Amino acid sequence: MLEISGLNSFYGKAHILNDLGFTVSRGEVVALLGRNGAGKTTTMKSIMQLVRPKSGKVTFDGKDITAMPSHKVARFGLGYVPEERRIFTDLTILENLEVGRQAKRTDAPSWTVDALFELFPNLSERRHNRGKALSGGEQQMLTIARTLMGNPKLLLLDEPSEGIAPVIVEQMAKTILRFKQEGLTVIISEQNLHFARIVADRAIIIESGEKKFDGTFADLEKQPEIRDAYLSV
Amino acid sequence: MGLFVAQLLTGLANAAALFLVASGLSLIFGVTRIVNFAHGSLYMLGAYFGVTLMHMLPGVFGFWGSILLSGLIVGLIGIVIEICVLRPVYRAPELFQLVATFGVILVIQDLTLMIWGAEDQLGPRAPGLKSVVRILGEPVPQYDLALIAITPVILLGLWWLIAKTRVGILVRAATQDREMVGALGVNQSWLFTGVFFLGSMLAGLGGAIQLPKGGADLLMDLNIIAAVFVVVVIGGMGSIPGAFVAAVLISVLNVFGVSYLPQSTLVLMYVVMAVVLLVRPYGLFGREEKAGEHGQVGEPERPIRPAGMRGRMLVAALLAALALVPLFGGNFTQVLITDILIFCLFAASLQFMLSTGGLVSFGHAAYFGGGAYAAALLVTYAGSPMELAFLFAPLAAGLLAIIFGWFCIRLSGVYFAMLTLAFSQLVWSLVFQWYDVTGGDDGLVNIWPAEWLSGTTAFYYFTLIVGVGGIILLRHLTHAPLGYTLRATRDSARQAEATGINVKRVQWVAFATAGAMAGLAGGLFVFSKGSIFPNELEIGKSFDALIVVFLGGVKTLSGGVVGAAFMESAKDWLTRLEYWRLVLGLVIIGVVIIAPDGIVGTLRKVSERVGLRRSEEFMK
Repeated sequence: MLEISGLNSFYGKAHILNDLGFTVSRGEVVALLGRNGAGKTTTMKSIMQLVRPKSGKVTFDGKDITAMPSHKVARFGLGYVPEERRIFTDLTILENLEVGRQAKRTDAPSWTVDALFELFPNLSERRHNRGKALSGGEQQMLTIARTLMGNPKLLLLDEPSEGIAPVIVEQMAKTILRFKQEGLTVIISEQNLHFARIVADRAIIIESGEKKFDGTFADLEKQPEIRDAYLSV
Repeated sequence: MGLFVAQLLTGLANAAALFLVASGLSLIFGVTRIVNFAHGSLYMLGAYFGVTLMHMLPGVFGFWGSILLSGLIVGLIGIVIEICVLRPVYRAPELFQLVATFGVILVIQDLTLMIWGAEDQLGPRAPGLKSVVRILGEPVPQYDLALIAITPVILLGLWWLIAKTRVGILVRAATQDREMVGALGVNQSWLFTGVFFLGSMLAGLGGAIQLPKGGADLLMDLNIIAAVFVVVVIGGMGSIPGAFVAAVLISVLNVFGVSYLPQSTLVLMYVVMAVVLLVRPYGLFGREEKAGEHGQVGEPERPIRPAGMRGRMLVAALLAALALVPLFGGNFTQVLITDILIFCLFAASLQFMLSTGGLVSFGHAAYFGGGAYAAALLVTYAGSPMELAFLFAPLAAGLLAIIFGWFCIRLSGVYFAMLTLAFSQLVWSLVFQWYDVTGGDDGLVNIWPAEWLSGTTAFYYFTLIVGVGGIILLRHLTHAPLGYTLRATRDSARQAEATGINVKRVQWVAFATAGAMAGLAGGLFVFSKGSIFPNELEIGKSFDALIVVFLGGVKTLSGGVVGAAFMESAKDWLTRLEYWRLVLGLVIIGVVIIAPDGIVGTLRKVSERVGLRRSEEFMK
C-alpha cells in the first residue's frame, strides 16, 4: 500500500534521512522505532510531504505522491497525527474536528463526529470547550480524532504514548487495536518498545536516518544485540 | 445636548469606512501574517470605481449596486495582487512582504492617475438620502444615519462568517497553524486567496460607501492607512470586534476634537493610541504575539567582518575622488553629492537598526525631520548660532527616539513597525497642525549655515566629513560589543536573554543611536537647504529610506549607503518620467521576488560565482 525507496531528506544542510526505504501492506500496523533524533518524525513528515525529500520516492496505492502538496497527500488518504499534537487551541473540540473533515471514501473506514465521541467519551463531554482547556491526554485524543475526520486509509501516528498518563496510554493501545480491526493501516513511531509490541505487527528500527532492522517482534527478540544497539531500553 | 448627540452620530457615521478598511486589513493579517500596506490603495480604488459606476448606473439601485460592484471589483484586484505579488513571498521574511505591498501602493497610485486623472472626483450623493433629519433640533444627514445602520450589519455578518461557517473555522485554524491545516487536507492557497479577496472587498466597499461624504482623490490611500494602523493597533491585530470598537472610538474622538480642540485633531488619535498601548501592548482585543513563534526564515545571516584590504582601498579611493570633486565639478554636482551624502547617512542609520538589529522601523523620518526641525526651531526662536543648533539636531532626535523607542521596543515584528509609523505620524501631525510654532505647511525658512560654511563648496566638505564620519561610526558600532549583542538579539531574542543580554535595553540603545544619527542627517539637510517643510516627516520619507536599504541589500552592511547613492542619483532621472512611481513600484516588486539580496548582495553572489571573492565555505 505504501512504498518508500531511497529517501533522502534534509533540514537545511543537516542530512536526516539516508536512503531510507520500506513498505507497508494494507491492514498492517507497523512501529517505527529508534532513539530521539533517529529520524522517525522526519520520515513521517517526508511521507506527508511536509518535509520535501531531496531524492527518493514515496508511492501510495500505486501512485507517486512525492512532491505533491501536503493537502493533496492528505486528501489522497494519508492521515497525519503530529507528535506535538498541534490542536487549534482557540477553537472548540467540535471546531477542531470540523477542520479535519473531508469527504467519505469507499476504501477506508468512515468516521463521524458521533462515532468519534463514542470512541473518545472524554471529548464528548467537553465538546464546546476550547482546545487550550484540555489536558495532555485529551489533546492527544483530539488530534487523533481530528485526523480521523478526514477518513484516512493510512494513519501516521507520531509518538502517541509520549507525555500522557499511563491509564491513557493503555486506552490508546486499545484504540489502535480497534483501528486495526476496522481495517485501517497504521504506522506509529515509538520509543516505548513495550507499547509498540502490544499494538504493532512489525517493527522497523531506524538510526541516523538509516534502516537497521525490519521484521516481526519475535525476530527482534532473537536478536537482543540489535535492540541494545539502537533502542534505549 | 443636541449638538453633542449630533456630533456623536457624525462620529459613528465616519467610523463606517474606517471599520471596513481596518477589518479587511486585520482579517488578511490574521491568516497570512502579512500587513498589507496597500490596503489604503484598495480603499482608494473602491472610491474611484464607485464614482465611475455611480455615473453609469442611475437611481437608488444604481447607487447601492455601484457600491457592491466596486467592492467586488476591488476584491478581484486583491486576488490578482495576492497571486502575482504575495504568493512568491509568503516564505520570505516579514520585511520583504511589507516592501512588496509598498511597491503595490506605487503601482496603484500611478495606474489611478493614468485612468482617472489628477482631478479630485466629487462623490455623488445617495438618491433618497440627500436631506437632513432634525434630531434634538440639530440637523443630521440622512446618509449618516444609513451608515450608522449599515456598519453593525456588516460587523454581524463578518462575525457570523468567522464564528459559524466552515470557512470561518478554517480561517481561524489557519491563523494559528497554517501547516497543520494543510496537513489535514485543506488547500491553503485557496484559503489565502479567499481571505485576500474578502479583505480587499471590504476595503473597496469602504472606499465606495464614503463617497457621498468624501469623494475620491489621489491622496486618500496614504491618508487612511495611518488611521487604519492606529485602529488595528488599538483594537488588536486580527480582531474584527476590536477594529469596530477602535474605529468608533477614533472617529467619535475626531469629531469632538474638531469642535473642542481644533488644533490637535490629528495628534489626538496618536495620543489615544499611546495610552492604550501603555495599558495593553497588544491592543484592546489583541493576543500576545510570542517572539520567535514563526521561526527563522530565509537564508541564515552571514557573519560580518571588517572590510578587507581591497575594500578599504576602494573606499579610500572613493573618498579621495569625492574630496577632489569641488576642483572639477560645478555647483550643481556639489549640491547633488551633498544631497546624496545626507541621504546615505539617513539610510545608514536605518540600516543599523534594521539589518544589524532586526528592528524594522516604518517611521524613521520622525528622527530625520525631528532633528531638522529641532535645529530650525532653535535658530528661529532662540536665534542661536548655527553650530549650536546643528549639534542640537542629533541630540533632540536621539531624545525623541529614546521616548518613542521605550514604547516601540515593547513590541516586535509588525506591531513594532506599525507603532513606529504611528509615532512618526504623531510628529508629522504635530508639526503640520501647530501652525503658530512650526509654520505648518509653510515650513521654517532662512535657516542658513554660519559664515564660514556659507559657500556651496564649504558646506560640501562639511557634509562630506560629518556624513562619512557618521557612516563610519555606525559601521564601527556594528563591529563593537553593541553590534554583537544587537545581532544576538536579532537572531534569537530568547537565547540572547538566556546568555545574560538585556535584550530590550540593547534594542533601546540601538533605536536611540539610529534616531540620533538620522537627526544628524536632518541637521545637515536643514542647513544645506536653508528651510524645512513637514513633508520631510511624511510616511513617504520613511518609506524612501526603507526602499533604499532594501534595494541596496538588507543582509549587507553597506546596502543602505549603496542603495541611497544609487537611488538619489537615479531619482533625478527617474522623476522626469511621467509615471515614475509605476516604474519604481514594479522595480521594487521585481527585486523582492527575483533578487531579494539587493544590489550589494547580488553583486557579492555574482563575484563569488566568478571567483573574484572567496565564498563563505565554512558555512556549508
